Amino acid sequence: MSENHKETFVTKYIFSQDHKMISKQFLVTGIFMGVIAVLMSMLFRLQLAWPDTSFSIIEAFLGPHQTDGVMSPDIYLALVTIHGTIMVFFVLTAGLSGTFSNLLIPLQIGARDMASGFMNMVSYWLFFISSIIMVFSLFLEAGPASAGWTVYPPLSALPQAIPGSGAGMTFWLVSMAIFVASSLIGALNYIVTVFNLRTKGMKMTRLPLTIWAFFITAIIGVVSFPVLLSAALLLLFDRSFGTSFYLSDIFISGEVLHYQGGSPVLYEHLFWFLGHPEVYIVLLPALGITSEIISTNARKPIFGYRAMVMSIMAIAFLSTIVWGHHMFVSGMNPFLGSVFTFTTLLIAIPSAVKAFNYVTTLWKGNLQLNPAMLFSIGLVSTFVTGGLTGLVLGDSALDINIHDTYFVVAHFHLVMGISAIFGMYAGIYHWFPKMYGRMMNKTLGYWHFWITIITAYGVFWPMHFIGLAGLPRRYYSNTAFPMFDDLADVNVVITIFALVGGVAQIIFLANFFISMYRGEKATQNPWRSNTLEWTTPVEHVHGNWPGKLPEVHRWPYDYSKRVDADDDDSDYLHGEDFVLQTTPLLEGEEAS
Amino acid sequence: MLALFYIFIGVAIGVSFWQITRILDFRGVIANDKDNSKQGKYALYFMVFLYAMMIYCLIALNVLMLPESASIEGEHDDRLFDITFWLIGIVQFFMQFLIFYFTFKYRGKKTNKAKFYADSHKLELIWTVTPAIVLVVLIGYGLWQWNNIMDLSDEDAVVIEVYSQQFRWDARYAGEDNTLGRGNVNYIDINNLNTMGVDMSDVNAQDDIQVTELYLPKGRKVHFQFRSQDVLHSAYMPHFRAQMNCVPGMTTEFGFTPKYTTEEMRQQPEVMAKTRGINKIRNAKGEELYEFDYILLCNKICGASHYSMQMKITVVEQEEYDKWIALQPTLATVLTK
Repeated sequence: MSENHKETFVTKYIFSQDHKMISKQFLVTGIFMGVIAVLMSMLFRLQLAWPDTSFSIIEAFLGPHQTDGVMSPDIYLALVTIHGTIMVFFVLTAGLSGTFSNLLIPLQIGARDMASGFMNMVSYWLFFISSIIMVFSLFLEAGPASAGWTVYPPLSALPQAIPGSGAGMTFWLVSMAIFVASSLIGALNYIVTVFNLRTKGMKMTRLPLTIWAFFITAIIGVVSFPVLLSAALLLLFDRSFGTSFYLSDIFISGEVLHYQGGSPVLYEHLFWFLGHPEVYIVLLPALGITSEIISTNARKPIFGYRAMVMSIMAIAFLSTIVWGHHMFVSGMNPFLGSVFTFTTLLIAIPSAVKAFNYVTTLWKGNLQLNPAMLFSIGLVSTFVTGGLTGLVLGDSALDINIHDTYFVVAHFHLVMGISAIFGMYAGIYHWFPKMYGRMMNKTLGYWHFWITIITAYGVFWPMHFIGLAGLPRRYYSNTAFPMFDDLADVNVVITIFALVGGVAQIIFLANFFISMYRGEKATQNPWRSNTLEWTTPVEHVHGNWPGKLPEVHRWPYDYSKRVDADDDDSDYLHGEDFVLQTTPLLEGEEAS
Repeated sequence: MLALFYIFIGVAIGVSFWQITRILDFRGVIANDKDNSKQGKYALYFMVFLYAMMIYCLIALNVLMLPESASIEGEHDDRLFDITFWLIGIVQFFMQFLIFYFTFKYRGKKTNKAKFYADSHKLELIWTVTPAIVLVVLIGYGLWQWNNIMDLSDEDAVVIEVYSQQFRWDARYAGEDNTLGRGNVNYIDINNLNTMGVDMSDVNAQDDIQVTELYLPKGRKVHFQFRSQDVLHSAYMPHFRAQMNCVPGMTTEFGFTPKYTTEEMRQQPEVMAKTRGINKIRNAKGEELYEFDYILLCNKICGASHYSMQMKITVVEQEEYDKWIALQPTLATVLTK
């Protein structure tokens, strides 16, 4: 890679092979998809709070899928389906992991770029194409895929069953197949880069926790995403070529179909073999980002670095053997239910270790409450709240009665949705100066954080209770059951919080895009952080470091290291409360 | 057109933000002591808000919850749920306190120094082992109960097939012989009312009884078998703590023993309180009053009318059940008509 080859607009901004530019491309695409998904959720929250009420905004956006401002049941299902798909894959997988893995892996391990800049570019453009296809499917005449984001057959296989299972479903499958290819190419690149391109002295035990999280995430992705691809392909075969992988004994629209011998349960197994690890693909990068930000802003080493790494690994390993807890009532053998209950509840142990370690890191810190720090603390809070209800859902005997109710919706939105998006916001506020050379405004950041966390809890805490009242998810309205009439008020409150929370994201968008052009110029190391990315110049250069690559001499968390380790009042060993990883050990200094 | 209007409003908001930042001087980027102090206090206020909301919901929304389990098997579910809920409730209140109180207490100051504290094997051991011990209890009780629920070996159980299609439920009682006749979609003959696809050449099928509402005898195990003719559905009977998917191409099973008749359930204080609340709302809207009934609802997305797919369940005493079932025509008489 020559450092001063000629760049045109196209090679710099569009078909760029520079990881920093690619990460910005991932981020902006992810934000764009996020806006669509948030808007969708606001539309269906309107329907849930005030069914049969006319809204001109619904009339405006849903066109043929509404009558007099009231959405149709089919488009309601389509909205929840696409909201889920976009949020899980396009925003929280590509937008979060794609952005920060790309930005931080080379910068924090001291590499000039990813192992393969070209594959990295391909990864982004495949993601871009799959986004285009997914967005395009919204404009199909019969509507986009609408069988839920899990697209269980036979509903997703038969256009007779629901209009969205026509062309909309084909688009969904093609889009997801391309998305999987993008993820795999990206993940392989991350793994190879972390293994091979660490700079001198950057042992695995000196990697920042962000890198550990991205690295393990990439491994989970490589293990599980291909299984989703195969599930999608088999579904495509069933739909288009008449095979019977998932279908058997079906009578619909007055006729018996020819399918024999398949089983939807097979699809469920294949889907959740990705689907559950996917939760951690979404969450682990957010936890990695949080570890780094909390440590930096607490001016303290992250507590229990080794335990943090081990718990990431434990979570990753367990995540691949718990998928069956989504299937306790699927009709699979009850013995499997026992096994999956056991493995699922085990995840509580490494999760608890992480939560306690975060809290201990805050303890006796000197907390710099920047917006990024607040979002990280918010993540710990929602991770705990959402994670605890996992103990209820993971227990097969209890799951039976709340499976697929709003209790589940509340649980996973807190533990992976809100937590991961908080991690993403934290990352954006923290590394914005590294990406754009400017700073984001803190006052808007504070407003953004407080409104978002209040509305997030306002939406999802009461939602647990309507789940415990027995209300199933994916109901277009609950007016068909008098027993749910008393939940109407709660639904209204939830919707109001959701609307306020959704609209408040404009504050973030404004801050983001305005700061890009008008924000205060960043200094080289604004947060006084230890990691290598802050030793690069503010203005991006190809190859990251103008001269030689930096050499690493210590782990990344030597914050507030003292002359006398046992005396909290003694002076800082290096004169400052942070020590760059490139600083050699002093004579007699013990490595942490 | 209207969409353009909304997009225009969005753009206008964006532009006004842009202008406002010009006026306000878009500066101030790194938290100083004043920010830390302010945000730390906000963290404390937020904690108060969070506690208030959590407690308010726990108390005020309690009346909306499902009443106690109406099946004998469900009793342990309720107990396990209570244990789990108390446990996670305590941990939740404790952890949220630590998170936000520490944020407040240790809010940064130029003159402060953070404690360099990187590791403690003792602490880590404590919070690895403690959850592990607690989990042993939860997992143990959970697995025992799971085996309990999944035990369908009771020979004396009433065998009922629950059959789903877009968007309705049907049921078939096994009749005198308590054995269901074979079923498959290939036997469906709408013209001859054979909507559940029962093989009428099977001797066991002759005395089967097809109904559109479930009647269950109190105190006797009911052994459900589920089938679906088109897409996945899920038979969810929340009052009995029961749920099982209906899967095209295979038969799934579930069982429970009803504990209270519908009448008895209507007299329960919890149920009466909930019913009163519902009727207050229905009254205000001028809708007919609601009376408690057990219900089976669809809980797996199955299409446009998924949200209204249901079947009423009535639990009665054994004698009343016997009387009722004697009045139902068998398939042999219905289908040869």
